[in-house]
Amino acid sequence: MPGKTVPEEAAPGKTVPEEAVPGKTVPGKTVPEETTVPEETQAAAPGDLQEHFEATIARGARIEPRDWMPDAYRATLVRQIAQHAHSEIIGMQPEGNWITRAPSLRRKAILLAKVQDEAGHGLYLYSACETLGASREELTSLLLAGRQKYSSIFNYPALSYADVGTIGWLVDGAAICNQVPLCRTSYGPYGRAMIRICKEESFHQRQGYELLMTMMRGTGEQRAMVQESVNRFWWPSLMMFGPPDADSPNSARSMAWGIKRNGNDELRQRFVDMTVPQAEALGVTLPDPGLRWNAERESYDFGEPDWSEFTAVLRGEGPCNAQRLAHRRRAHADGAWVREAALAFAGKTALATAGADHD
Amino acid sequence: MTEWPLYEVFVRGKRGLNHVHVGSLHASDDQMAIRNARDVYTRRNEGVSIWVVRSDAITASSPDEKDPLFAPSGDKVYRHPTFYEIPDNVPHM
Repeated sequence: MPGKTVPEEAAPGKTVPEEAVPGKTVPGKTVPEETTVPEETQAAAPGDLQEHFEATIARGARIEPRDWMPDAYRATLVRQIAQHAHSEIIGMQPEGNWITRAPSLRRKAILLAKVQDEAGHGLYLYSACETLGASREELTSLLLAGRQKYSSIFNYPALSYADVGTIGWLVDGAAICNQVPLCRTSYGPYGRAMIRICKEESFHQRQGYELLMTMMRGTGEQRAMVQESVNRFWWPSLMMFGPPDADSPNSARSMAWGIKRNGNDELRQRFVDMTVPQAEALGVTLPDPGLRWNAERESYDFGEPDWSEFTAVLRGEGPCNAQRLAHRRRAHADGAWVREAALAFAGKTALATAGADHD
Repeated sequence: MTEWPLYEVFVRGKRGLNHVHVGSLHASDDQMAIRNARDVYTRRNEGVSIWVVRSDAITASSPDEKDPLFAPSGDKVYRHPTFYEIPDNVPHM
């Protein structure tokens, strides 16, 4: 959705002054709700705090960063948002690999913008996660140590340029299915980050589908490339919704807290129902012999993903797990001198400014 | 090594609107915070002006709803126009 110019969380009644002159102090400054000011340390939960928290959730209002919240709610959010952020950052790799080999300048510009968006999405989410008291450094080191996860879909390789299209169509399509309900999640900063992300994901999905349409209008070889790519990505895309609800022990609690709004199976079904007609319009076959319309349910029946593959990839045995983390570790290490130099420069400039003030 | 400081970012969506808080980011100094804010929060013309301020420079009110900070305005219904009864035949009011 291009051309959106108004930040979505325009908060009524905020009194941030219109024109702050740089260098002048601004009187009457009030504070936005999601600023990352340090949390007050919380003692054990007195009953009325817990009650107040539950009442806020029950009436569908949002929890904001400095509200009291149960430790488990905070920990669940940190885990989920961090995993989500890591997925965006790791998710730059399969497609980033193709930027230098894009078939045209147009496709290259599009892919660059898309991969840059993924970085942006990661940053929105890290920002939301930091409002919970987790530091960026801590989150990064947990990812690099393999102690926090990212979506297993990014452990599959992008083997051809058709994969750029398929990732946009199926992987980003599945992500949209997952993410749209999260715009109403109970934690304010997470929901606001998701709104921003969902607007941009729509571009990702459409550019992917358009790319595939273009290839389907091409040679027989190009059509075969698209079909082969769809064959590889279909089942992993279905796995993006997580294990069946029955095997997803934390789901119920996350739903009760309003962090999640829908079950894994419901979202997976929604994705299949949305995607089948898109596949027909594209002229590709989804690689599932069990896929057929069920008039009674008014939904498509479909086969069971291979959950043993899912757990194997989660365990680190996917085709690219090692490569993805090694790449991220290397990038982080290679950037260390930049981070240090920038800090040193900032320190020197601050010193010089302070000195000039005394003259 | 120490982490780059955290900044809060405020964007004016277009002329005539307030700056609105959009999120945070890390930067080594104020100038880099502005540049990073442009790349992270305004990739699609979402703004015409950006403010950044270090998060540790912000003072916030306590989040507790029962906080007495807002209590003084709770019982002052006479600050609202609906407090005053005006007959229906009085125009333009």
